[in-house]
Amino acid sequence: MAMEKKNQKRRIGNVISALKHDKLAMVSLVFLGAIIILSLIAPLLPLNPTATDVRNMLQPPSLAHPFGTDEVGRDYLARVIYGGRVSLLVGVLAMVTCVCVGVVVGTISGYFGGWIDNFLMRVVDIMSSIPWMILVTVISLFLKRGLKSIIIVIGFFTWMEIARLVRAETLSLKEREYVLYAKFVGVPGHLIILRHIIPAVLPTIIIASSTGIANAIMTESSLSFLGLGIQQPMSSWGSLLQSAQGNMQNAIYMAILPGLLIVLTIFAFNKLGNLLRIFVEPRTMAGEKD
Amino acid sequence: MAKYIIKRILAAIPMVLIITIICFTLMNLAPYDAIDAMTSPKMPPETVELIKAKYGYDQPVYIQYLRWVDGILNGNFGYSIVTHQSISTDLAVRIPNTIKLILPAYLLSYVLAIILGLIAGSHKNRWADKLIDGLSAVGIALPTFWVAMLLIYFLGYRLKLLPIVGMHTIGKENSVADFLKHFIMPFTALFLSFLPDSVRYVRSSTITQYSEDYVMVQQAFGASKAEIMFKHVCKNVLLPIITKLGMALPMLVTGAIITETIFGWPGVGPYFVKAIQGMDYPIVMVILVLSSVLVILGNLLSDILYCLTDPRIKDLG
Repeated sequence: MAMEKKNQKRRIGNVISALKHDKLAMVSLVFLGAIIILSLIAPLLPLNPTATDVRNMLQPPSLAHPFGTDEVGRDYLARVIYGGRVSLLVGVLAMVTCVCVGVVVGTISGYFGGWIDNFLMRVVDIMSSIPWMILVTVISLFLKRGLKSIIIVIGFFTWMEIARLVRAETLSLKEREYVLYAKFVGVPGHLIILRHIIPAVLPTIIIASSTGIANAIMTESSLSFLGLGIQQPMSSWGSLLQSAQGNMQNAIYMAILPGLLIVLTIFAFNKLGNLLRIFVEPRTMAGEKD
Repeated sequence: MAKYIIKRILAAIPMVLIITIICFTLMNLAPYDAIDAMTSPKMPPETVELIKAKYGYDQPVYIQYLRWVDGILNGNFGYSIVTHQSISTDLAVRIPNTIKLILPAYLLSYVLAIILGLIAGSHKNRWADKLIDGLSAVGIALPTFWVAMLLIYFLGYRLKLLPIVGMHTIGKENSVADFLKHFIMPFTALFLSFLPDSVRYVRSSTITQYSEDYVMVQQAFGASKAEIMFKHVCKNVLLPIITKLGMALPMLVTGAIITETIFGWPGVGPYFVKAIQGMDYPIVMVILVLSSVLVILGNLLSDILYCLTDPRIKDLG
């Protein structure tokens, strides 16, 4: 166990030193930090994303409105910041749901094996044989459109890949001596999963979460863009782009900003996810700047 | 090997059946159904009953299901409840349009991804690799619909070079030049959305191959770089990629939903999105089944391709 702890510490050290040497990853981290803080403190700022001003419709960026105003005169900077709140919230909550379901299904399937495994893996096969775009849009038919349903849709219907990854790892973990020993002395299955399996698959879960947020933000923005996601007056970056589409000819700045933020956020989450891989595969990734 | 393929086909059949059952159940559970679309609350109950009987909705659910499956097997996909058009006739027009757009975009990105991936993977951590890998990382983060919007704005509105919507200008349905003009923007957006993922895939499998022992052996024997690349690494990288072609099968129908919707390309995408927004269940159901059958077929095809190209699998039986 002591060895394990030390190993863990060395791995964290590896990640930190990789972060220090990779400027782009550092920038990503700072960028995400800034976006997250801005989203958290948004209600404290003197910004109102819903105050309309019909005398100032579709104003290009100016001092009073650094990002201009939208088609009913709302301050676009405020809209974008509040949109980011929604996009990030959906990203995080959908990712948490999807990781939880994936880990539960993956560990149970891998650990217990037999008919449980067969059954769960068939479910995974069937769910992943419907293209995600189709699956997610169809499911969104059944729920009242809005924040909650989009989190449910993304969270409960995109976990299959994580379940497969976790199952594969569980299969090899359950042959480890400490797990065999725990089983031998009669520790019940669910406790073995909680105490031994899940901590061991944690690094994989962390990487999956990082790319999971990126994917969830992308999915949410696509759905909202098609009008199947976040509904007015609430807005996310995706739904801002949807309304920008109608005003593109005279207000292109409305399309540039939310899009740019989506790109940067997804890029940053993916970048950090890749960096974390060093933690899991220290040898294979050593020297590879990814 | 034939035995293995037959086994795979047999395993695929129950999957398809289960998917049709799931789709049908989903649509039956839906909060709003075909009857609501065809009737109005003001109609007398007898009329409603008549309409129900006409479309077979008065039968028990399992009979409705059997009739529906029977229809699909005979190529009769049912009728839209919004426009009352036959879904099979609609799809017969729309699927070829979608294929016209996706196939060239996919093939070009496939070929280019192999070339770029091999270059990047064989020059790991050099400038060419950094450039290609960096651009793919940005490409992965780009939402397709945003790329499409920017293309429309700059090439369509600003420079007025290209038409922004549709597949033909009215009255010029047979002009190839006109088709190409409409084709360029959606093609570019789609191509850019396919490319980065595949580049990364080829790159990482190239890197894995280069770290294998046989490369070191070849180097020890003094083989030139080109020899190692084209005689050995290439082969091993390309085999699994060929099998990926099979998995791309379902994309031919549902690979461009967003792009098609933005550019108003008369393919499956806008048809599906409209059906979703209008709660046109029969259409949604057919596309759901169609796309999942294609995924299963695609996986089957890729297994078979794998079997044919990799001699090690043959003994598996």
